[in-house]
Amino acid sequence: MIFYVSADSASVSVGADRLAEALAAEAAARGIEARIVRTGSRGLYFLEPMLEVETAEGRIGFRPDGDIRAAVASLFDEAFSPGSAGCLGLVEDLPYLRRQERLTFARCGIVDPLSIDDYRIHGGFAGLERALAMAPQAIVDEVAESGLRGRGGAGFPAAVKWGAVQGATGDVKYVCCNADEGDSGTFADRMLMEGDPFLLLEGMAIAGRAVGASRGFIYVRSEYPAAIRMLRAAIDRARGAGWLGPDIGGSGFGFDVEVREGAGAYICGEETAMLESLEGRRGMIRPKPPLPAVEGLFGRPTVINNVLTLAAVPTILARGGAFYRDFGMGRSRGTQPFQLAGNIRRGGLVEKAFGVSLRELVEDFGGGTASGRLLRAVQAGGPLGGYIPEAMLDLPADYEALAEAGFMLGHGGIVVFDDSVDMLRQARFAMEFCAHESCGKCTPCRIGSVRGVEVLDRIAAGVQPQRNLALLDDLCTLMTDASLCAMGGLTPAPVRSALRHFPEDFRRPAAAAE
Amino acid sequence: MTGARPQSDSEARVARILAEHEGVEGGCLMVLQAIQRAFGYVPQEALAPVARALGLSQADVHGVLTFYHDLRRAPAGRRLVRVCQAEACQAMGARSLTDALSGRLGVALGGTSEDGVSLEPVYCLGNCALSPAVTVDGVMQGRATEDRVMAALEDAT
Ligand SMILES: Cc1cc2nc3c(=O)[nH]c(=O)nc-3n(C[C@H](O)[C@H](O)[C@H](O)COP(=O)(O)O)c2cc1C
Ligand code: SF4
Ligand code: FES
Repeated sequence: MIFYVSADSASVSVGADRLAEALAAEAAARGIEARIVRTGSRGLYFLEPMLEVETAEGRIGFRPDGDIRAAVASLFDEAFSPGSAGCLGLVEDLPYLRRQERLTFARCGIVDPLSIDDYRIHGGFAGLERALAMAPQAIVDEVAESGLRGRGGAGFPAAVKWGAVQGATGDVKYVCCNADEGDSGTFADRMLMEGDPFLLLEGMAIAGRAVGASRGFIYVRSEYPAAIRMLRAAIDRARGAGWLGPDIGGSGFGFDVEVREGAGAYICGEETAMLESLEGRRGMIRPKPPLPAVEGLFGRPTVINNVLTLAAVPTILARGGAFYRDFGMGRSRGTQPFQLAGNIRRGGLVEKAFGVSLRELVEDFGGGTASGRLLRAVQAGGPLGGYIPEAMLDLPADYEALAEAGFMLGHGGIVVFDDSVDMLRQARFAMEFCAHESCGKCTPCRIGSVRGVEVLDRIAAGVQPQRNLALLDDLCTLMTDASLCAMGGLTPAPVRSALRHFPEDFRRPAAAAE
Repeated sequence: MTGARPQSDSEARVARILAEHEGVEGGCLMVLQAIQRAFGYVPQEALAPVARALGLSQADVHGVLTFYHDLRRAPAGRRLVRVCQAEACQAMGARSLTDALSGRLGVALGGTSEDGVSLEPVYCLGNCALSPAVTVDGVMQGRATEDRVMAALEDAT
């Protein structure tokens, strides 16, 4: 029998290793020959730990309940028949998966992440093969046609950036992958690096080919040790198979990749701070210009893209820019891996074309709150993104629609809060987090965030509410207008959204005296 | 990691780490991370040899050391519990989980208890669909509860 169990670190955090061990032990005890393939995650975290069994019809899922060893034993007793307890039916037919549009995450959770054969069988390296036969400019054109925009938060057109690096002079250029994924509520980069690492390497090699770079760096946050191990192992195998190295596929094009580990600093997700950190220094923001495309890593022209941006590229090259562009709405083309997180019944990864409404994501896919209480707010876009009230959930999830309403899609994380949330406390956290993570280069951010915490504490204590609310507003304006980067510049977004949409939480009983 | 360690031994270990990173472009942070992996923290005595080997000033190296939340200038406790404090985990009770653990362990967040358990904040472990998230000596728990964390601490001491 062939079994599949996720080895993704989130799956493991709720028992996937124990499940795999129980399967192996039980099969051995019964003298049944079993192969247990450890895959990445399907993104069905709410069902973890789960296992899948290969059948003629496809993979059937089971979610053992209670004591894992006992549950596995009874599954063997019942020969993993569809009537067994915890049977989920055909995994591909689960509505949560069937209603997705999986392009980037098409393989994740299905293949052995380190098997080059699996990767090839499932269409891997077709994009790179095509790119190797194309002129660099044609690759950039194909990406331009796809409409691909950066998935790291700012939504900048990928082809414009690539074009700038391609046009920059210099015999040494770099491709840097931003895998700092610091936003709360996001885990798609991690899931991809652990579940389909060759896809990222392929995307980076295509980028290298397009801009004339022969070296790539992946900057991975230290909170992701499993992703780091997986990437390094994948790099070794890709080299061994000739998909990385001095001469890829006999094309004469050489490209290699190195993983560097972060050290616990949210600001190092900002691209210039990431470059400083990659160069081994303090992660301080660099003033722009010069743009990294002109003077980036070690002063050389550098492409910087998020994991999901680069991982979308192989599909675009393999199936054409037009194919990718046909997903999505307006100026948001293609698919976005949304991450459903926080107080949500069915948390996980949902890859959908842009334009799906937040409500569809949170209610139809997510099933509402985990607590069963009323949903009060969702935070989209991480700690620099706004809190969206329940009444506005019909907004479509695309860059422009959210921006118009004063919100941000960011990296696609959607964090759900029920009605027990205290929005003043969330606003305070935004300021506190900024104070904790500020690189310290400019005063509005470094000092403003500390002042923000103090002012919010006074409002919470009911001290001179009118005066302090006005002060908070001034502070937010100052931080927005005068900060050097989006850390200080966008911290007011969650604060102001909380004030605007949840003013009742800022009306506290008056303090007795000053 | 405590007690007397012969000076020469730790010097030799730092020298070995520096040799391993020779020629690495922009290697300062990597070297400090490797030193921390070897020692559990970055000893003050390591700064001079690191600076010399990398052609930096000691102030530069000190600057890197103090910038990053991961890097320690003193050893952590013998056990390390990190509780995610970020928004998705907040939405699932991370604050009360932190308070409960703090009470059970007898240590405030950011401190080390008398019997050597460090309780530290972390901001997102990428496990936000299974919040709250905690790591115990680097092993992650999703849907973490006070009891599961305490059990993990008792498990492998
Ligand atoms: C404070 C801050 C944190 C950021 N964190 C990340 C991050 O963790 N990952 C990421 O890809 N981009 C992050 N960004 C955005 C990057 O600066 C940059 O825009 C992005 O890596 C470019 O890649 P893309 O065009 O593919 O999105 C951050 C920006 C700011 C201001
Ligand atoms: S806004 Fe904050 S993080 Fe950005 S440069 Fe200024 S101090 Fe640094
Ligand atoms: S917010 Fe806690 S794991 Fe992401």
